[in-house]
Amino acid sequence: MENIEQRVKKIVAEQLGVPETDVKNESSFVNDLGADSLDTVELVMALEEEFECEIPDEEAEKITTVQQAIDYVSAHLNK
Amino acid sequence: MSKRRVVVTGLGHVAPVGNDVATGWANLLSGKSGIGRITRFETSDMACQIAGEVRDFDITQYISAKEARRMDLFIHYGIAAGLQAVADAGLDDVPNLDKTRVGVNIGSGIGGLPLIENTDGELRAGGPRKIGPFFIPGSLINLISGHVSIIKGYQGPTYGIVSACTTGAHSIGDAGRMIQYGDADVMVAGGAEGAISRLGIGGFASMKALSTRNDDPATASRPWDKGRDGFVMGEGAGVVVLEEYEHAKKRGARIYAELVGFGMSSDAHHITAPNAEGPARGVTNALRDAGMNADEVDYVNAHGTSTPLGDANETNALKLAFGDHARKLVVNSTKSMTGHLLGGAGGVEAVYSILALHHQISPPTINLFEQDVEGGCDLDYVANTAREMPIKVAISNSFGFGGTNGTLIFKRV
Repeated sequence: MENIEQRVKKIVAEQLGVPETDVKNESSFVNDLGADSLDTVELVMALEEEFECEIPDEEAEKITTVQQAIDYVSAHLNK
Repeated sequence: MSKRRVVVTGLGHVAPVGNDVATGWANLLSGKSGIGRITRFETSDMACQIAGEVRDFDITQYISAKEARRMDLFIHYGIAAGLQAVADAGLDDVPNLDKTRVGVNIGSGIGGLPLIENTDGELRAGGPRKIGPFFIPGSLINLISGHVSIIKGYQGPTYGIVSACTTGAHSIGDAGRMIQYGDADVMVAGGAEGAISRLGIGGFASMKALSTRNDDPATASRPWDKGRDGFVMGEGAGVVVLEEYEHAKKRGARIYAELVGFGMSSDAHHITAPNAEGPARGVTNALRDAGMNADEVDYVNAHGTSTPLGDANETNALKLAFGDHARKLVVNSTKSMTGHLLGGAGGVEAVYSILALHHQISPPTINLFEQDVEGGCDLDYVANTAREMPIKVAISNSFGFGGTNGTLIFKRV
């Protein structure tokens, strides 16, 4: 079973069309991985789907890096 | 001021008979049907279970998988045919091509119907948060032109015309005028459609417009035949590169044909039922635009959809427009093999008309087992076998719901 970090990175790579090796914890979706505003919306939807959670818009806006996504998912899955 | 001349220098095509121009043309000449049972979705509860599906098409030959995921099929087909046409015209190899003088007009009749249908399913199942951010740009009609413009850097006029089954003809004709009027030197123009979905097939079936010859798909599209029982839906795209004549000549481009005339008209009659005067006036307007007499036309790529009413009506319209010369015309329906590509029809049929002219051969109208002479279908429809013949002038007819008509005239250069 993959851990949360691996699952998040896999989704990011798939959604943004980049190799998984390029997806680092510190990678910014927009600045490092070439995402635009629509990509980031879709990425959040994919995370919601994968982890069966709902990320409110005001929270989603704060998720701009891979690590922030991992942190958010980890925090909300453990509840 | 004399009109700037417009010539065709590139062709592109994705259709049920082949995913490139050469394959499609070869299949047409050999009379091969592209129609089969629908494979894409469940049809057991549907009256019509057949269509001309595009098969073995790989969009990632043209754009990345990531990009492709974000748009509906009709945009895939339009981009593919558009990029094929650009490559065929050799536009990428033109040094110092002024891209501010290159535009794109690839329309669609319906646009992203399958994506709308699927997104509605998501909305109903999961609420509005399930609507993806690419739903709107993935289903908008002018986004074919938008993508081709972005991919190639073309900064001239980009738009898409919407006029049901006349879309492709109107797009090409109007793009020609962009060049004549001086707004552009090169236009990538045509039509695309990808509406083979439960909603699309179900909708046309509800109008009783579709053939229900489910047990024999390959013979279901049979224009002017006594047994015709409706059209068969196809999908795909046909795109041409139009270029100002001096621009093309200067760079030594291969010139397939000249677009010499374009005519439009409206029936002002009924939303779906045709009349003969409207289409006839479209043909006459195109001839006037070309400065040509009716008896100069050799080949007609007909609208010829295989509906009982439409096929007889078009025959009457041709008689009105051409008089006695109608009997000397070769009237060909390539829809007998491709099915009806709706907004893409005028695009692929412009390609076929240009190829007929270029190669001096008419494709056959297949499935013409028993010509419906009693029903008024009494012209020469090139039954069942391709015919080599001199073609100096070819026209392509398109008619759409709402009573909108368009005719393109191509001439050898």
